[in-house]
This record gives sequence, structure tokens and C-alpha cells, in this order.
Amino acid sequence: MVALYAVGTLTFLGIRAFFVPHSFGQYGHYRGAAITEIAAHPIHFAGHQTCETCHADVQEMKKTGMHAQVSCEACHGPLAKHADDPSIQPAKLDTAVLCVRCHAASAARPKGFPQVAAAEHSNGLPCETCHKPHSPAISAGGAK
Amino acid sequence: MTTGVEGYMYPNEITLYWSVLIVLYPYITGLVAGAFILASLERVFRVDAIKPTYRLALLTALAFLVVAPLPLQLHLGHPERSFEMYFTPHRTSAMAMFGFVYLWYLMAVLTVEIWLDYRRDIVVMAQSSSGLKRWIYQVLTLGSNNISERALAIDERVGWLITLIGIPSAFLLHGYVGFIFGSIKANPWWSSPLMPVVFIFSAMVSGIAAVMLLYMLIMRLRREKIDMLCMDTIASYLFYIFIIDFSLEMLDLIHRIYEADESFRTLNFMVHTKLYFSQIVLQIFVGTLTPIVLLALTQVLKLPEIARKRIYTVAGCLTLIGIFAMRWNVVIGGQLFSKSFLGYTTYKMALATREGLLMSIALTILPLFILWVLVKLLPPWPEKVQSGTSAASAAN
Repeated sequence: MVALYAVGTLTFLGIRAFFVPHSFGQYGHYRGAAITEIAAHPIHFAGHQTCETCHADVQEMKKTGMHAQVSCEACHGPLAKHADDPSIQPAKLDTAVLCVRCHAASAARPKGFPQVAAAEHSNGLPCETCHKPHSPAISAGGAK
Repeated sequence: MTTGVEGYMYPNEITLYWSVLIVLYPYITGLVAGAFILASLERVFRVDAIKPTYRLALLTALAFLVVAPLPLQLHLGHPERSFEMYFTPHRTSAMAMFGFVYLWYLMAVLTVEIWLDYRRDIVVMAQSSSGLKRWIYQVLTLGSNNISERALAIDERVGWLITLIGIPSAFLLHGYVGFIFGSIKANPWWSSPLMPVVFIFSAMVSGIAAVMLLYMLIMRLRREKIDMLCMDTIASYLFYIFIIDFSLEMLDLIHRIYEADESFRTLNFMVHTKLYFSQIVLQIFVGTLTPIVLLALTQVLKLPEIARKRIYTVAGCLTLIGIFAMRWNVVIGGQLFSKSFLGYTTYKMALATREGLLMSIALTILPLFILWVLVKLLPPWPEKVQSGTSAASAAN
């Protein structure tokens, strides 16, 4: 029985050596080679610093408002292609759909967070009818 | 509109991800650990009265242990990936360590103990049988045909040592399952340091009840007399361990009530509504208090044999129902309420799906079928061995 267990253990070690990738455990509990493979993927997000190099006016408006900490691509989506070639225009956003992702009334959200029952609040109108998305508070002069 | 949701649930809480198969998993491993601990009573603690169930308990443990990972495999899918646990062990993950706990218990404890205990019989049967059976037994000897007095004495000593190691291993196997739940600090229904201890004692209760029932059933099928001294002894162990198990569960409950933390109102409401039948009725009254009272009657009254047999049968069945309900209430109950404490969801069991009712029934029956094969292959009954020995002697 001891011999059987010894053979079993050796077989297991042989199979393990064959199946476990060589770079596994190089940096942690994953394939080390995965880092370079992932780094080779095309970049989709440009980052807000890139946006701000051309859109300084939006940055100025944003930094005084409630959305100062919201990154551009959180609403506009990944824009690396647009940053590389400004002639590629990002898709126009529908604020009636976009804003309620964060601002629909929900018992799980903190009480101080602005949230509305959209159907009653705006009767289906796009939010930007009244609020400027980059500085949304009406009291802060965000209203059109 | 989502059906079955009352109040507010976070979106990822509406559907229960841990289904009835995850209920079945701790139930089965509990039966394994309990059956093994019953066997160890005879081997290590020299409780000779329960000798008739020793081998049956070991085979029961093996039959259920073989099936134990199947609910997990079916739940997770991609069984071929399960080997990753061994190839790239993740030492800081309790779940990932299950593979090693399971392998240790299967390969280093149970299989070795059964082989050592049966080795003499296997050699004898390899000599006395013919055809396919002879070939199977010859393979099972693993080339070790020495059944001299000295060799058997070594088997006995090593077997004793393996059983000794097996007791903490059985505690580890099922304590681990309780640890998985008890260590989830985000879930107040699970997060309790008592969870592994409660799981271990409930495992002992269910395993002992299962072996007791199986022994009585098999004796009836074989038209043989039930060893009542054995049954009375097992029933008394079942009774005392059940008392400890129930006390621990009540201690946990009283602690929760007294502590009354921010989750208490939600959990209290859940126990009185969605879990009322499975927890209050099935687990506590039908599956715990009733068998404890029935077993207590056999301890304090001098009842005739037939009455004791009937009581043991009813108490054993109710115990198994109660322990299953306990697993259900832990696994399913812990997913029915929102971690926002603002709402509840509903678990609707599917019927003929990979994680449905029929699959659960199949997985419950499968160990019994495996046990039947094991009993045919390795008879736990002494007279079979004796007749085998006489046949071998006659052949020589």
C-alpha cells in the first residue's frame, strides 16, 4: 500500500509539472505571464487627465459642482479612440437613462445622496432639460 | 417585477446562488464524520457493545464520502477544473483547502483503515472465490498476502493508530464545513464561532442515527436478530450527543437573543415567517425535541425489545430529518434576507435541473447504492468471513 501511495504521489507530481504553467507563482497566486498578456490588450479608457487637456472649460465647470469627483468616462464610456483621433465623436448620451443609474430612489442608498423617483420627478423628460450634467445642482446655477 | 421579494434586496441577493445541493453537501459530510466517530468508539475507546456496527459504520462513511464532492461539482460545473485545487493550492482560502481536507480523510484515513481492517478477509476471499470476484479480491490485496499472526498484529496496531488520527480528521472534515459558514463575517446568520462546533456535534448525531437505522434495516432484510445491546448502546450515545448538540444550538440562539445586534430584528422576523416550518417545526420540535424525548424514554423506562426497536427507528428517522432541516436553515436561511436588513427573498427549488429536487434525491440515494456494492464486496458480517475462512481451509 505504501508503494501504491508513493506511485500515486509521483504520478500526481508529474501531472502537476505538466499542467501548471511555468510562470505560475512568479509574482503571486496567478500566472506571471498574464501581466504582459493583459498589458498587450488594446487600451479603451483614456483617463480624465487626457480629457482635460482639450476640455478645460468642462473641467472648470465640474470642479465646483457635485460631480467633481466623477470621472469623465464614468458617464461617457471608454474614449481612448476619441482621445487618439478627436474626429471620432463619442455617442450622444440619453440623460433620461444615464442619470437614474445612480440617482433612482433606492432604500439602499445613503439618505443624503440625491435620488428621485424619475417618473414622478421629471415625467420622462431628459434630466438635462433642467440640470447641467457637469454641475447639476440647480441652486449652484446648474439650471439651464 | 421580481416575484418572491419583500422589501428591498440588493440586486445580487435576489436569486439564491447556494441551492439545495449546498444543503446536501454538509449533510452528507456530516453523515461521514458521524459514522466514522461511531466506528472509532469501538476501535479506540473499546466500546465492545457496538462491535456489530463497526465495519458497517466504516463502509457507510466511505459510501457517503465518495459522494460528498458531487453536490459541489454539480453546483460549480466544470468538474475538470476541480483538480486546480491540487495543482495550484491556495493556502489562504478555506474553500480551496477543502480538496486537501477531503483527500486526507479519504486516502489517508478511511481507505487505509478499511483496507487494514479487511486485509485478512480480502486475502481469504481471494483464495476462496473464483472468476471475476477472485481477480477483484486479488487486486484489493495490493500484493500483500501475508496473513500470519504477526502481520495481522501489525495491521491491528497500525489500524488503531489510523483510527486515532481519524478522530481529529473527522472533526476537521466537518468542523471545516462549519468553519466555512462561521467565518463569513458579512452574514450575521452564519458568522458565529460556535458554527464549527455545532456542525461537528450535529454530524455525530446524524451519522450515529444513520448507522443505527442502516443496521436495523439490513438485519431485517437479512432476517437476522438485531443485537439489542448494540442498539441500546448506540441509542444512549445518540441521546447524550444529541443533548450536547441541542444545548449548543440553544446557547447560540440565547446568545443571539441577548446580544440582539443590528441584524436581530431581521433574523427574528425570518425565523417567525419564512423559516418557521423548517426551523421551529421541523428542526426543533420534530427533528430534535421529539427524538430526544423518545430516546430519553428508553433511558429511563424498562421498555420491551419491540418498543425499543420502534422508538429507535422513529427517533433515527426524525433525527435525520431534523439534521437535514438544520443544514437547510443554515444554507438557505442565510441567503433569504438582505444584508441591508430591509427585505427578504424566496427560494424556489427547481425540479428536474442540475441543482433541482430530483438531482438531490439521486445524490441522497447514490451513497446507499454504493454502500450496497461495498457490503457485497466487503461483507461486514462475521459469519461470512468465517465461512470464507472454512472454505479457504478446505481448499488448502
